[in-house]
Amino acid sequence: MKVEIGKPARKRFVQRDQVECLAQGGQPERSGVMRKSEGKRVVQFLLVVFAAIFPFVTAGAQGAQEVLRWGADTDSNAPYGFYNADNELTGFEYDIIQALAKEMGRKPEFVQNDWDGLIAGLGRGMYDLVICGIEITPEKAGEVLFSNPYYVTFEQFVDLKGSPPITSLDQLSGKEIGTLDQTAALTMIEATPGVVVRPYEQEVNAYQDVANGRIFGVLLDYPIAKYYAAPNPNLQFSGPPFGQITYGMAFAKGNTALQMEVNRALQSLVDKGIMRDILSKWGLWTATIAGAFGQPETPSLPDTEYKSFVASHAEQATLWTRLQRYATNWKLLLDATILTLQVSIAGMCIAIGAGFTLAIMRVFGPWPLRWLATTFIEVVRGTPLLIQLYIIFYGLPNLGVVIGQPDVGIKLPPFWAGVIGLGLNYAAYEAENYRAGLLAIPRGQMEAARALGLTHSQGLRFVVIPQSFRLVLPPVTNDFISLLKDSSLVSMVTLIDLTGAYNRIATQTFDYFGTGLLVAAIYLLIGLPFVRLARWTEQRLAVDTRRPGQRPGMFPLPRTGRK
Amino acid sequence: MESPLLSVQDLYKSFDETPILQGVSLAVEKGDLVSIIGPSGCGKSTFLRCMNFLEIPDAGRISIAGVTIDCRGLEDSPPKDLEAKAHELRQRVGMVFQQFNLFPHMTILENVMLAPTVGRNVSRDDARASGNRLLEKVGLESFADRYPSQMSGGQQQRAAIARALAMNPQVMLYDEPTSALDPELVAEVLTVMKQLDAEGMTQIVVTHEMRFARDASDYIVFMEGGRIVEISDEDEIFENPKDERTARFLGRFQ
Repeated sequence: MKVEIGKPARKRFVQRDQVECLAQGGQPERSGVMRKSEGKRVVQFLLVVFAAIFPFVTAGAQGAQEVLRWGADTDSNAPYGFYNADNELTGFEYDIIQALAKEMGRKPEFVQNDWDGLIAGLGRGMYDLVICGIEITPEKAGEVLFSNPYYVTFEQFVDLKGSPPITSLDQLSGKEIGTLDQTAALTMIEATPGVVVRPYEQEVNAYQDVANGRIFGVLLDYPIAKYYAAPNPNLQFSGPPFGQITYGMAFAKGNTALQMEVNRALQSLVDKGIMRDILSKWGLWTATIAGAFGQPETPSLPDTEYKSFVASHAEQATLWTRLQRYATNWKLLLDATILTLQVSIAGMCIAIGAGFTLAIMRVFGPWPLRWLATTFIEVVRGTPLLIQLYIIFYGLPNLGVVIGQPDVGIKLPPFWAGVIGLGLNYAAYEAENYRAGLLAIPRGQMEAARALGLTHSQGLRFVVIPQSFRLVLPPVTNDFISLLKDSSLVSMVTLIDLTGAYNRIATQTFDYFGTGLLVAAIYLLIGLPFVRLARWTEQRLAVDTRRPGQRPGMFPLPRTGRK
Repeated sequence: MESPLLSVQDLYKSFDETPILQGVSLAVEKGDLVSIIGPSGCGKSTFLRCMNFLEIPDAGRISIAGVTIDCRGLEDSPPKDLEAKAHELRQRVGMVFQQFNLFPHMTILENVMLAPTVGRNVSRDDARASGNRLLEKVGLESFADRYPSQMSGGQQQRAAIARALAMNPQVMLYDEPTSALDPELVAEVLTVMKQLDAEGMTQIVVTHEMRFARDASDYIVFMEGGRIVEISDEDEIFENPKDERTARFLGRFQ
């Protein structure tokens, strides 16, 4: 199981995304929107399957599109797009999108996606554009379309208060410098001779380590430094602005119409001074961006948003305020718990059904079926679940590109992608459980069934399988508990399950420890009833193995008697 | 004279090139109780298992109660209808195993009811009624709701006999029915078999119980090396064996 502890804010795209964003034309498709009711999901699923098979049917409906769906990773992403202490979505990018959509006469609709899947999500048509502090670089411009820059900034160096100021990165030679993984800053310090690079997953941790004296300093985008380092009295900004970074909105390749529409609206927002207002409120109106927009350097509005962010994080979280915070998030946690249970139970149903079929194929099938089942089991067991989920969620929609028919693709809604991914993965393990269970039944049992005039399948159904079921119940229970925890991986396909909720709460409050304990406790609690249920079932079923007065225990099977 | 209820002609069977049965022929009349004896590995169990196609013979002809299966060259290319015919044949034959092979997840009554309800679509009520009758017959009427693991070996084997009888078989096959039993439990099983004999059931018993073979059998088949060496009257074979191999084998029991 992989526990995702928040997401780094500024990252560049890794190579993998390049494959995934050989995109389709960013077709609007409603399945990307999260958290619909269950019934709707089924309808949605069918619609999506239908749409995947007949792409031209849905194409006509596009002209009436009034919605502007924007994708971002809002976990741990202040001041770009993030959930504030009241669990409301905010951030300067959020404000920009609201203003932009208004300017375009569209209705903004937010779609959460994990950072690593953001660009791939464009290919799936989950949203029309991505705005998430993505830096415009020539390499990336080949993969996606970029808008004109909506923000221009630089890298800011931060070190311990009282350190001698630096003027050049070369002065950092021989020192340990922290930054976030996959950022422009990382590239910059990697290019500086002698620097010991310490890539972090979380900006909070990087700055904390400077304050603790573990590393010498941190180089990161100015907005991050402003929000995470400036409020800390132990840290100081040091040196001049390094480099220049331009953020742009990303569109699916080929979607030039939207690109032009956005650029027009963006220019209009700049001209009307709305961009200056927004950036001023967030305390991000710097000389750099003023120069880029050709406007005065003085902020047009007081930095109220910045102040309130600092204020909300300055207060010391006591146990009481923490509990209060968890309490205000009860709805999020409840929804997340329900989703985790839904995904796990639905996944387990698929795992049991498919696993059983595979086991029967493998044990009793003719050789082509046997071979097929064995191959499936080996491949699925031998590859990471996370990769399987990515393939199902991001890969299948682009199936057509691989086989040369760009219109073909299977777009599963996130819920079903998660359920099918988990289900098929665990099916492989279940199949092996059942196979072991089937093989453990002495051959004499089937012989007795045949001798009684039962057919082979009747013998399986009434004699062999019921006995195997008792044998495999403990390992199957074990697998379900394991699946319950592995279901945390579905937060990677945009679902807000318990782990997703953990990310949301922990990153907006920086309370990793308390939130972690809380969410771990919820996992434990929802798993326990199933353990109990399984034990109860085991004991009930084991009644036939007990001699009078004997405690339930191992299942004594008759020895195989053959001469 | 009418044709025998069960006849086997020229049966051959090998496991992995090792010949087990080398031309075995036997005819059994209705109502007979036949014991098959012989040293370990002589093929007597395989012979019995071939009779209801738990093992598929390489060659030979088996005819039981009107169902005839000709097995020439079966191992090379089993005909499509073999399974169907074997199924039909098994409907007429009951089998009792050395290790009982009761279904441990069912009560004794459920064990007895399984074949009629599943294999023959008898209603559960009818199957329960006749199941209880059969259990009464083998002296287990008060054990109907017990599970096999809660019973002694002798009780389990009697239940297995009741289970086989539930199909109204015309022939009962026993594969060393008492070998897995403690000595003091053997008698209760043999008593049931004698009782069935008295009722006119045709029974073929592979056994090491020489006393039972001698007391209860109509005649005794002695096998060695995959062949039937001697078929003889039960007293005759013990007191005056014609074949020296029979004499040597029986000599160990004197």
